[in-house]
Amino acid sequence: MPSATLSEPQRHLEAQIRWQPLEIAFWLATLLPFVLTPNHLVLASQIAITALFALSLDLILGYAGIISLGHAAYFGFGSYTAGLIAKWGWGEPLTGLLIAAAAAGALGYVTSFIIARFRHLALIMITLGLGLLLAEAANSAGWLTGGADGLQGVRMWKLLGLFQFDLYGTTAYTYSLVVLFLGFLLARRLINSPFGLALRGIRENAVRMPAIGAASAAHIRKVYTIAAVMAGIAGALLAQTTETVSLDTLSFQRSADVLVILILGGAGRLYGGIVGAIIYMVARDQFSHINPQYWYFWIGTLLIAVVLFLPNGILGGMARLVRLERRAA
Amino acid sequence: MSVPALATRGLDKSFGSLVVARGVELTLPQGERYALIGPNGAGKTTLINLITGMLKPDQGQIFLGDTDITALRPEARVKCGLVRTFQINTLFPRLSALEAVTLAVCERRGYAGNWWRGLPAYGDAVEEAYAILVSLRLAASCYRPTRELAYGQQRLLEIALALATRPRVLLLDEPAAGVPQGESAELFSVISGLSRDITLLFIEHDMNVVFRFAHRIIVMAAGRILVEGTPEEIAADARVREVYLGGTRRG
Repeated sequence: MPSATLSEPQRHLEAQIRWQPLEIAFWLATLLPFVLTPNHLVLASQIAITALFALSLDLILGYAGIISLGHAAYFGFGSYTAGLIAKWGWGEPLTGLLIAAAAAGALGYVTSFIIARFRHLALIMITLGLGLLLAEAANSAGWLTGGADGLQGVRMWKLLGLFQFDLYGTTAYTYSLVVLFLGFLLARRLINSPFGLALRGIRENAVRMPAIGAASAAHIRKVYTIAAVMAGIAGALLAQTTETVSLDTLSFQRSADVLVILILGGAGRLYGGIVGAIIYMVARDQFSHINPQYWYFWIGTLLIAVVLFLPNGILGGMARLVRLERRAA
Repeated sequence: MSVPALATRGLDKSFGSLVVARGVELTLPQGERYALIGPNGAGKTTLINLITGMLKPDQGQIFLGDTDITALRPEARVKCGLVRTFQINTLFPRLSALEAVTLAVCERRGYAGNWWRGLPAYGDAVEEAYAILVSLRLAASCYRPTRELAYGQQRLLEIALALATRPRVLLLDEPAAGVPQGESAELFSVISGLSRDITLLFIEHDMNVVFRFAHRIIVMAAGRILVEGTPEEIAADARVREVYLGGTRRG
């Protein structure tokens, strides 16, 4: 798009969405684990998967202001779908990923009709209820899901027919990172579009939206479905890279963790979920070597500290620092 | 006789035993400027909420042109051209003024569901939004977040958002509420400069402003329309004086 043909207000809007050098540096840095920590690629792939999951929550929470305590429903649904397809004899990863995405999207679309009618506390209760419902259904359907033992017998074929999922996680991290990046590109495009603007409108003032002729409910159904697709893809990645699916993919704990991750990193900032996932997962990995049973003590402390001192998350705090610096200069 | 721009027939509304609208019959001819006045608690804002669909009437009908819109949802009424502003700023605090007005334009043009192209690619919508901001003298600060704008500018942005929907009938709920007296005349000169294709109804307490800018005045008290007439008729009406100077006990 030649910027010479853009008017001044257009150029101003375009400047807001242009790629920043820091962003490019960030994505280049995601390649570092291959070189610096080749023994931790399994962890790196789990971080990428969690980041994608947190990004999907950011679309609904950070942008449209829809609070969810049951987002793991879509993650777990995608996870079981991908796991079952592979267990039943179709271990091709990419088609499995697409089918899981479609399944999670379908679930998201159906539930979005309930979600779009509520806000605030009612919404928390409904998303929580939906999440618990699905987790319990998976638990009781042991013949299908393997129940508390988890889904066994998932065998993945080579990625693109070339790359075996290995113990070191090289394929797993490459695969997860590429999918995360594609998901990020999609999310970035979405939030910078007119639709993304409408979502921010809903977040900023849901009362005004109908008064400017906006059909908020339709917007909410749409973004909720898209977020469910993305969460389902994240879940499918976990199933495929670990070749197992456990009940905790659907658990309340996972819904709460992803919320904590997003709030820690900073909601409504696109990178918040990714940064939050890195900090959270690395910290958990480190602390669990020291004393695993007290791990949530530190997460609790961190969460309170962030909410008290950095209400817009770690990224929000950093953005404020940069602004202060510029003003001082 | 041409069809009125907006009409209500026998609107009733009560909350429990509190009656807030009783048999309200309203007829706004095309292109007129009406003021809606009355003491606090008379039911003026309630009437706007009823007309725009934010409240459901217990009884009665609302017509926009010759269409019965009583059953339509608020956003559908806006799409038909019936638009309001709010007495208390009801804006998008962290959107810039340009983004907020562009959002309203995008909703009208049917772009707001598009998620595959960036906002700057929708040049027609951005240009239209910018032109509205220019016409309301908001262009200079249109890139700043709404919450950082001066209060008077926020009042103007209320109107800008409404204009972006291309209203045929515009209901202004105390557009100058909270604005110092000197600036309120300025605000109303902007309002009176609006296209004559827009039929206007505004609520206002400052009688100087009302008599200067309204072609006709509707007086409400206790949920009813007390009287309607030209500014001269209203000024001379004994009932109006009674309502304002100590007739009713309603707060």
